Amino acid sequence: MSILALRGITKSYAGNSILKGVRLEAGDGEFIALVGPSGCGKSTLLRIVAGLDHADNGEIVIGGRNVSSLAAADRNIAMVFQSYALYPHLTAGQNIAVPLAMRRLTAVQRFPFIGNFLPGQRRIRADIQRQVREMASSLKIDHLLDRKPGQMSGGQRQRVALARAMVRRPSVFLMDEPLSNLDANLRVHARGEIVELHRRAGVPTLYVTHDQSEALSMADRVAVMIGGTLLQLAPPQDIYEDPSHIEVARFLGQPRINVLETRLDASGLVRFGALTLAAESAPPAETPVLIGIRPEFVRLSARPDGILSARIERTEFLGSEVIIHARLDAIGETIVARMTPAEAGGLSVGMPVSVEIEPDRAMLFAPAGERLPAKTVAVASVPEKAYG
Amino acid sequence: MTAHSLTLGRMLRFGLLSLGALLFLAPYIFMISTAGKAQSEIFSSSLSLIPEQWSFAENFTKALSRVSMPTLLMNGVIVCALIFLVQVVVAIPCAYAMAKLKFRAARIMMVLVMLGLLVPIHATALPLYVAFDRLSVLNSYTALVAPFSISVFAIFLFLQFFRAIPDDLIHAARLDGMSEAGIVARVIVPNAWPAITAFAIFSVVAHWNDLFWPLVVVSNQDFATPPLGLLYFRAAEAGDDYGALMAATLIITLPLVAAFLVAQKRFVEGITMTGLKG
Ligand SMILES: Nc1ncnc2c1ncn2[C@@H]1O[C@H](COP(=O)(O)OP(=O)(O)OP(=O)(O)O)[C@@H](O)[C@H]1O
Ligand SMILES: [Mg+2]
Repeated sequence: MSILALRGITKSYAGNSILKGVRLEAGDGEFIALVGPSGCGKSTLLRIVAGLDHADNGEIVIGGRNVSSLAAADRNIAMVFQSYALYPHLTAGQNIAVPLAMRRLTAVQRFPFIGNFLPGQRRIRADIQRQVREMASSLKIDHLLDRKPGQMSGGQRQRVALARAMVRRPSVFLMDEPLSNLDANLRVHARGEIVELHRRAGVPTLYVTHDQSEALSMADRVAVMIGGTLLQLAPPQDIYEDPSHIEVARFLGQPRINVLETRLDASGLVRFGALTLAAESAPPAETPVLIGIRPEFVRLSARPDGILSARIERTEFLGSEVIIHARLDAIGETIVARMTPAEAGGLSVGMPVSVEIEPDRAMLFAPAGERLPAKTVAVASVPEKAYG
Repeated sequence: MTAHSLTLGRMLRFGLLSLGALLFLAPYIFMISTAGKAQSEIFSSSLSLIPEQWSFAENFTKALSRVSMPTLLMNGVIVCALIFLVQVVVAIPCAYAMAKLKFRAARIMMVLVMLGLLVPIHATALPLYVAFDRLSVLNSYTALVAPFSISVFAIFLFLQFFRAIPDDLIHAARLDGMSEAGIVARVIVPNAWPAITAFAIFSVVAHWNDLFWPLVVVSNQDFATPPLGLLYFRAAEAGDDYGALMAATLIITLPLVAAFLVAQKRFVEGITMTGLKG
């Protein structure tokens, strides 16, 4: 069942269309990572979901209720900001207590001095303190409760911000690049922690990041947004292996997918190296198409077989793998291969090599970017003029 | 460290600063000295800073007995406190709205604030006087306070300061369930102390020392502010008794000097206690 549903959200600032009809559904306890290049509208979307900004069109439904016209405070949404946005004048403990106090104490009970004499508030305050301490100990920040944000490190502030967001059991949880201010080590550690917290809370979470490895490693489903449009929403493995759009394929994967321009021949086939691909719903013959091949499915070997030859331009040794850039002789474009150091053993810069592509791994895209369903119909084994 | 502090450049700079400070303090020092001189010595041709004959006690007794100093000081405190309080209560929400809320009139309000900065009280004094006269509120605290209740300068100062407060902080407060008024009271004000203190210095100094406006609307000793009281004192009582006059002046400037020293410490504290970024 979907707990959070966004339907056709559009937003423009001063005539610039930033969000172009975003639709998305999140199930109970689902963790959705929203990725996309800088400026594609991720933060804008989160602000709209949170009620901090108004969409021009579209509706936001939480738990079956349309909340589009509700104020931020009434949506029961919690958010962690990139800058953490802790109250600088309050200690960590007071920061975490704010959302509880705002919800559980009446305006009069919160009033300075006078509030302290009202019946009932002492018990509520004690209860809030207990909850704050529980939250703090589950995030291991007990020892920081008396410190102000200015006296904490980035990682510590990030935990306090998480605690403040989680302490009141929101119905939807939003995070806007909460790890981007941390160093690489801490970031990897915090990933696991956030996933664990999410599992415990069981609340649908929208997690914005522009770090694709964060998205792929943490999320149940990954949403890729480019230029204000959600291009694809799918589980990490699916979206990586079966992207529906060339931009999605380009955005996910490091190093980037190889994209080569070619044409369908008169019979609707595409030949690339030893492969012959057939587009399933055949577009008109002779139209240009794009072939995408992930670097891990490209193999370079020192034994030239005459099918697709290239020359190595650059190699990057990364420990467990080697990234090799080679220029294809036929068209002069660069193709990137990712191999294990063992496989790449005999290869060095300037060496002529032959390029092999794993069958069934090449993808076909229309020039505008949509995926064209295609299948490999033949793998050539005899040398022939293969590309052109 | 000590070796460093004795270089020629530092001594030169220190000397220049001391000279400047002395220049600015000279009238005040002269006032203190005059407050300690007897009538005959003030009008003697020789000029010395140290009184030949110490007459502080005499002059101060005269100053304290001839004018009702407590009333003057009390009026000064009441008027300055009321003005400052109303100004802050009006200007902070206004500046918050202009800095952080989106509404159509924001631009035109900004222009009005800028225009307001250009209009001095002297330009509006006459219409205000007539209006207060019609309302029969001349000779009251209302007449002394009301014209200054909306300070465009305060709005302008707070506006600049609030613009630097990150939007995310206000977004977080909204998500935590605060109303806009709650945000002003619980997030903006606690983080705006440096700006409020700075404004307090401007406002209190200006209105404690203001002679023009009290002179326009007050003709009754009971509502006289310290500078106006001094004027009455000089006109009616002291004549040319400058010793007593200077003693009275010294008394009315002392609270300001004390308040300034206290506020200055807080001001510096406020600036060093940033942490707004995080
Ligand atoms: N208040 C605003 N007024 C005008 N334009 C805005 C406003 N807020 C955002 N934009 C524009 O909307 C676009 C999307 O901004 P947004 O902050 O959502 O990007 P983002 O995807 O979060 O990028 P990043 O990864 O860098 O955080 C940007 O081009 C930005 O200039
Ligand atoms: Mg952003």
